[in-house]
Amino acid sequence: MTIPMEYGLLLAAILFCIGLAGVLVRRDVIFMLMSVEVMLNAAGLAFIVGGAARGSADGQVMFIFILAMAAAEVSVGLALIIQLYQKFKTLDADSASQLNG
Amino acid sequence: MSELLWLIVALPFAGSLVLALAGKSLPRLAAAMIGVGSVTLSAILMLFVCLDFLHANPAGTPVHQMLWQWINVSGFSPAIAFHLDSVSLTFVFVITFIGALIHLYSAAFMWKEDGFARFFSYMNLFIGFMLLLVLADNFLLLYMGWEGVGLCSYLLIGFWYKDPGNGYAARKAFTVTRVGDTAMVIGLFILFTNYHTLNIQDILQAAPHTWAPGSTIAIITAYLLLGGAIGKSAQVPLQTWLPDAMAAPSPVSALIHAATMVTAGVYLIARTHVLFELAPIVQTTVAIIGAVTLIVAGMSALYQHDIKKVLAYSTISQIGYMFVALGVGAWSAALFHFMIHAFFKSLLFLGAGSVIAVLNNEHNMFKMGGLWKKMPVVFWTFLIGACALSALPLITAGFYSKDEIIWQAYASDKGSIVLWLTGLAGAFITALYTFRMVFLTFFGNAKAEPTYRPGVAMTLPLVVLAFLSFAGGFIQLPDNMGHVTLFSQFIQHTLPTTVTTASGHAAEWIAQVIAAIVSIAGLALAYRIYYNKPFPAAEPVRNPIQRFFFQGWDFDLVYDKVIVQPIVFFSRIDKNDIIDQFYTGLASIAGLFNKGLAATQNGKLRWYAMALGIGAVITLTILLYA
Amino acid sequence: MILAWIILLLMGTGFLAWLTSRWSDILPRIISLAGTLLFLGVVLYLWFTHSASAVPSGNAAAGAWIIHYTHSWIPAFGIHIILAADGLSLLMLLLTAFLGVLSVLVSWKEIKTRVGFFHFNLLFILAGITGVFVSLDLFLFYFSWEVMLIPMYFLISIWGYENRTYAAGKFFLFTQASGLLMFLSILGLYFVHGRSTGVYTFDYEALKGTVLSQPTAFLLMLGFAAAFLVKLSTVPFHSWLPDAHTQAPTAGSVLLAGLLLKTGAYGIIRFVLPLFPQASQQFAPAAMILGVISILYGAKLAYAQTDLKRLVAYISVSHMGFILLGIYAFNQIAMQGVIMQMVAHAISTGGLFIIVGALHARIQTREIGQMGGLWTQVPKMGAMGLLFVLASLGLPGLGNFIAEILILTGSFMASKILTIIAAVGFIAATLYSLRIMQKVFYGTVLKKWEITDFGFREMIVMGSLAIVIIWLGLFPNSILNATQQMVQGIVQQVNITVNGPQNANTLQNASR
Repeated sequence: MTIPMEYGLLLAAILFCIGLAGVLVRRDVIFMLMSVEVMLNAAGLAFIVGGAARGSADGQVMFIFILAMAAAEVSVGLALIIQLYQKFKTLDADSASQLNG
Repeated sequence: MSELLWLIVALPFAGSLVLALAGKSLPRLAAAMIGVGSVTLSAILMLFVCLDFLHANPAGTPVHQMLWQWINVSGFSPAIAFHLDSVSLTFVFVITFIGALIHLYSAAFMWKEDGFARFFSYMNLFIGFMLLLVLADNFLLLYMGWEGVGLCSYLLIGFWYKDPGNGYAARKAFTVTRVGDTAMVIGLFILFTNYHTLNIQDILQAAPHTWAPGSTIAIITAYLLLGGAIGKSAQVPLQTWLPDAMAAPSPVSALIHAATMVTAGVYLIARTHVLFELAPIVQTTVAIIGAVTLIVAGMSALYQHDIKKVLAYSTISQIGYMFVALGVGAWSAALFHFMIHAFFKSLLFLGAGSVIAVLNNEHNMFKMGGLWKKMPVVFWTFLIGACALSALPLITAGFYSKDEIIWQAYASDKGSIVLWLTGLAGAFITALYTFRMVFLTFFGNAKAEPTYRPGVAMTLPLVVLAFLSFAGGFIQLPDNMGHVTLFSQFIQHTLPTTVTTASGHAAEWIAQVIAAIVSIAGLALAYRIYYNKPFPAAEPVRNPIQRFFFQGWDFDLVYDKVIVQPIVFFSRIDKNDIIDQFYTGLASIAGLFNKGLAATQNGKLRWYAMALGIGAVITLTILLYA
Repeated sequence: MILAWIILLLMGTGFLAWLTSRWSDILPRIISLAGTLLFLGVVLYLWFTHSASAVPSGNAAAGAWIIHYTHSWIPAFGIHIILAADGLSLLMLLLTAFLGVLSVLVSWKEIKTRVGFFHFNLLFILAGITGVFVSLDLFLFYFSWEVMLIPMYFLISIWGYENRTYAAGKFFLFTQASGLLMFLSILGLYFVHGRSTGVYTFDYEALKGTVLSQPTAFLLMLGFAAAFLVKLSTVPFHSWLPDAHTQAPTAGSVLLAGLLLKTGAYGIIRFVLPLFPQASQQFAPAAMILGVISILYGAKLAYAQTDLKRLVAYISVSHMGFILLGIYAFNQIAMQGVIMQMVAHAISTGGLFIIVGALHARIQTREIGQMGGLWTQVPKMGAMGLLFVLASLGLPGLGNFIAEILILTGSFMASKILTIIAAVGFIAATLYSLRIMQKVFYGTVLKKWEITDFGFREMIVMGSLAIVIIWLGLFPNSILNATQQMVQGIVQQVNITVNGPQNANTLQNASR
């Protein structure tokens, strides 16, 4: 029994929205980073679903790329968070609004 | 000697320059020597030049002297050059001679004042510019002298600069005369555009061939020149500055505001008589302005308390007589009255100055009185001056000069019975206010004690001027009385003879007798009202009519409301320049844009993410459905 | 070549002044003084050797340059270094050098911070101005135009008074924006000329003959005129001037009023009229009206001011109106008056600015409400003030009178109505000028200031200005002769292009 592609894509969309909502709503930088991870995984899921539907391995290859990219992003992101914490003594993203115009 | 003409002009300028540069470090005596000396030297030189002029050429050929080319641009080439003929010689004589006497007087009068050297620097500068005015061979140089004397008048009226009132009077004088001057400058533009030269003699020769008598352009030009003349000579409607100008020290009033500068308008009209003859309507206007002025100013003089204000209004009124003479074409009569008036009016101003000085700067005649015994020299000379001003018959020079004007106002081809009657009325008023002044000041009870007696330096000029006010008239007697015509013959080298229509000695006799009676009647009336009568020293409460005359017919009030206040208001409301506000507005609009856009860059990551999300949704929606 | 050396001399002196400032504050001053004096000496030498040859000879065509120097710069784009001088350029150089020396002298005590950098900027402004007055390559001209702008920005924004940043920014925006319009026009002319002849060049002499269609010519002319009218502070583009003049240090105000404004007039005479004679004729009525408006509106604003320096600044607006009126009258009398006005205004307004600066240094205010009765304490300053106030109201015998009477006589031939309205400016000038004397030096003492009169250095500055302004008034021919050939050429050219040779001759004769 095959699951229809729409179901998989719907799941990916829901996951993406959950992630986006997390980024927009949470002020804690760590949670925002985690939410970004959720969004990335949603995108990866969409790739896999698409690849499976076409019967090719492209989608899975793409997911490997995304995994690698996400790992790099998390490492850079965590490094920035540590810097942020050292500078502002908080993990609140809004307090770092010094680039306002 | 004539080639030394330039030195007459240069000496006062040099004196002024030296005093301006080194005045502070010079002792008073040295400053006085330079100030008085330069003008006296000029006067002596003038005598030589005068003799030379009279002897060397009985025909009165003008002497021309060119110093250097001033400007030379494409045909616009006025030079610094002098033109000496009988008219300018008369003026040069009065300027240097009376100038020297007044300088001598001032040396004593101003001795204790601060800024002694500054005073003489200005006075010398004035003499220099005045000579430039009357000797100029072209209109531009004449204009330089014209503005220069205006400047000196400004500086000397405001000489006691610490009083803002003096500064106001000075600025008023300069500004009001500049209104006339600007009209005159426009007249010069017209002359240059039409004749391609500013040389006075060239224009006068060319004008009758170029312009038809009564043509519009001739009329406009003559009116514009007249504008300059009435500004300088304080004629209606630009007369308001002269009474205020009495803020100047008395010798200044004598020199500038009586003898010389205020008669520059008379000089200008006489000098450019050809242009006025080409515009008969303007010449008539000159006569009317003169007639109106002599009554307006005479009435105001009757109501003054300040002795100098009486003399100021009297000057305006007497220049009115000269304008009447110019208006009826009695050129030599106008210049004769100018000269005689210069003698007796400067005498009166100097006498009044002495009185004011010894009474500790008291100007109010009602606070004087009984001075005739205490200051005999001043009294007797003042009396002679007053008699000349009132034109008492036969013995005074003023009679011969003024009588001629009144007679010509009737007898000339441009004269009329109205002008004659106005002249007679003026003569009556003149005698009345003059002897009002004499009786109030010198007779009656003494209300103030003189603090000192004027010295020789002050009385000598008075005596000399008194002699001239008395004897000066005998160089020109009417045809029915001796018929001496030294002056008019001399002037007729330059100016045309007066054309008279009414003739016959009988008419002239009657006219003279009437004029004599009128002035004696004025004297008699003054005697009845003012001689030995106790008057309160305080300023009286004036009824509206008296106030109207006292304030010079309220010209000032009208000008203030109509011209001064709107200008001040207009400059106030737009001090910060509405045009600048346009640019500032432009800048603030740009600033608003900046604020709006800057608000989107709040530095908050989540807002950016939200904007990203919304943007993506919108883009996708458009991509899917469009 | 000598012209290039002059510019290099000024720039070199500027660098040297900046370098030496690390050792002492006095060195930059002495070096700048020496540099500008040398500049003055060289220009005086040029003036006296060449002004004789500038007297009209048979050939009156413009293009009879006294000094001419060409060197290739960027040949690929047809850009050359062309420096040339005729009577007008030499006169302007003389003025530049004279005011240059004076501005170093007046800054002697006034500037206390960053002295080296100040003199660097000062000398670069002078170099830029010199470049403007001698460049005959339009690219080089624009380059010099910018060179004089930027150091002036620094001069105002670093050493200016309380509101300096605003004023400097405003000055920069106005001149820069209008300068860019001019650059567009220069490029436009460059390409039109290149397309029609195949030769792409910025050379003034070559571009002068460019055949342009009427609308193009008018548009290009407007671009040039924009830059020059803004620089000339014509109403309604004047509003940068009062702020910049008021906030600049004294030397800055002197240079602004004395030279920068004059570059606008120079630009119109040198570039707008010869390059676009026909379009200029079309533009003339509008320009003359703007001139008259400037005269009266500037005078009105001057009368209203209470800040003495701002008052003097608005006097400049009024006087520049005369220049505009005179240029567009298109006859020799008016044009010579314009040149006279450029010099006389530089001297008279420079003198007034120096007096205001000296007063400000002594009493720390420019409000005339705070002054009054100062003559007693500072008679020398008062006398000098009187002289320059009289010059600015156009008293005969001083330079400004000659200028104004020539301009008005000339413009009377072109437009009677406008001239009569402009003559009212004489009365207005009396009002605002005498107001200065009354409020500052005469009247009651409002505040007891303890102030000293002009010292030796200041008297040298003021004395030389006084001598020049009187000299200009009595012997104006010494200057008018030097520029006559150039003026005649330009006036003829403008009139020939429009009326044809015959008419131009009769016009010439009519003004004779």
